[in-house]
Amino acid sequence: MTPSVLATAALMGVWLFTLINVTPIMLWLERRAPAFMQDRLGPNRLGPLGLFQAIADVLKFIFKEDVNPAGADRTLFLLAPTIGFVASLLTYLVIPFGPVVEIGGHSFPLVVIDSDNGMLMFLALASLSVYGLVLAGYSSNNKWSLMGGIRASAQMISYELALALSVLAALIPAGSLNLTRVVEHQVGHTLLGAIPAWGVFVQPLGFLVFLVAAFAETNRLPFDLPEAESELVAGYHTEYGGLRMALFYMGEYQSMAILSALASTLYFGGWTIPFVDITSVGAWIAGLPGVGDLIGTGLATALVGFTVLMVKTYAFLFFFIWVRWTFPRFRYDQLMRLGWKVLLPLALVNFIAIAALAVAGKV
Amino acid sequence: MELAIFVLLAGTALGSAILVVFHRNPVSSTMSLVVTLVATAGLFLMLGSPFLAALQILLYTGAILVLFLFVIMLLNVRRERTIHSRAPGLTWGAAICSAIFAGATMRLFWAAYATAPTPPLDAEAFSLRAVARELFSTYLLPFEIIGLLLLVAVVAASWIAKRPGPGEPGEVP
Repeated sequence: MTPSVLATAALMGVWLFTLINVTPIMLWLERRAPAFMQDRLGPNRLGPLGLFQAIADVLKFIFKEDVNPAGADRTLFLLAPTIGFVASLLTYLVIPFGPVVEIGGHSFPLVVIDSDNGMLMFLALASLSVYGLVLAGYSSNNKWSLMGGIRASAQMISYELALALSVLAALIPAGSLNLTRVVEHQVGHTLLGAIPAWGVFVQPLGFLVFLVAAFAETNRLPFDLPEAESELVAGYHTEYGGLRMALFYMGEYQSMAILSALASTLYFGGWTIPFVDITSVGAWIAGLPGVGDLIGTGLATALVGFTVLMVKTYAFLFFFIWVRWTFPRFRYDQLMRLGWKVLLPLALVNFIAIAALAVAGKV
Repeated sequence: MELAIFVLLAGTALGSAILVVFHRNPVSSTMSLVVTLVATAGLFLMLGSPFLAALQILLYTGAILVLFLFVIMLLNVRRERTIHSRAPGLTWGAAICSAIFAGATMRLFWAAYATAPTPPLDAEAFSLRAVARELFSTYLLPFEIIGLLLLVAVVAASWIAKRPGPGEPGEVP
């Protein structure tokens, strides 16, 4: 095992652990946070702050009966939750959480695939997750499920356009599809000498389009039409129970977490802190008495970068919950009108404006 | 190792391509096509072009085939009762078409490999930058014409799909 293979395995381990644990954390947060928004307490009996509620939820998922509906297309029915789960899980591969660090005499980039096609790979893998929803809807032999699946396919294709266009515009200033370059460009420049050149300040319109499209891509309220419980029972996952249902939940929370990490990377400087070099923070931590024996500067830098990215990611995840308990659901025609007649033109305007600024050398 | 991966990917692509044709359920056929295209993307990766692989998955699997599924589900196409249609001339037609396709493929390989083995392609020529530069310089006019053609198709499709208002020509009573 060469050091770089070991480092890649360690990176993948860290990401997988983080993403798998997003679901129980979000299950807890999604019960407690809205409770306080609505002046209730929420689940507070199990463990401190009701933290063990997540464990109870997971246990319930594991012990529930796994039902196969009559007349279902069995192969596709069993395959669908897995497809959605795996496709959303794989997209973490191209998101960086730190600069190139030196550990044990070797330098490692803190991203699993350090590729010049990184963003394309992300979009390609993310575009596969719609199959989970569509196949679940089709194979369940249930009209509510079918309606949910049809809605999911149309909605996700429509909003993918706006999402991809806003992402492309966000890549223009850095001139690269490699997300590490995008982060480095945001740190390396300032606007008007005082504001860090974060994507959100360079292109607020692009960020707005990205944010709305991200809500639609993850089927969160106000865009949760594929599982609209007041019309479609539970939409595409009506017939699912137990762990297969849990896989859909995990897939949804993972895509939310990864899109949040992507939003932090593209628009909020990723793993960096404005005006502070995190390598020097890492060196400072490694220089603390007693710490230097345990971890070197490289590992400390990696930890700092990871923590910063996670803080930004969880801020977005909280925003997802906040919006869910604030806005009512769209009607289907409103959803389509917003996607095609508002978001797409706005994304195009933003794209052309940023491209023009880039040609003029202003960004 | 490389040969094993190639055989695995090529075998998957071919096997699922056969399933596309012979599966009775249209949704399963479409999913087999998805597997074929993903396996082909894997072959692109092996050839050293992650760009083409990503485009293949993003455009074909991620967009076009989802639309296929959408249409199949919207029309609620039933599963076929027999694999083979009983039309009498069909077998002969299929045989002739297969023969022509096989001949053309053989001719192509003959032209490529008979005289001298083709040198391996430069992976750099298929990188994002190289493709973009070629597309927007050498092939700019064809690129724009294709764009215009697609625009015409979109306009035509939305005109056909538009329900005529009261009093307009083509109104369905």
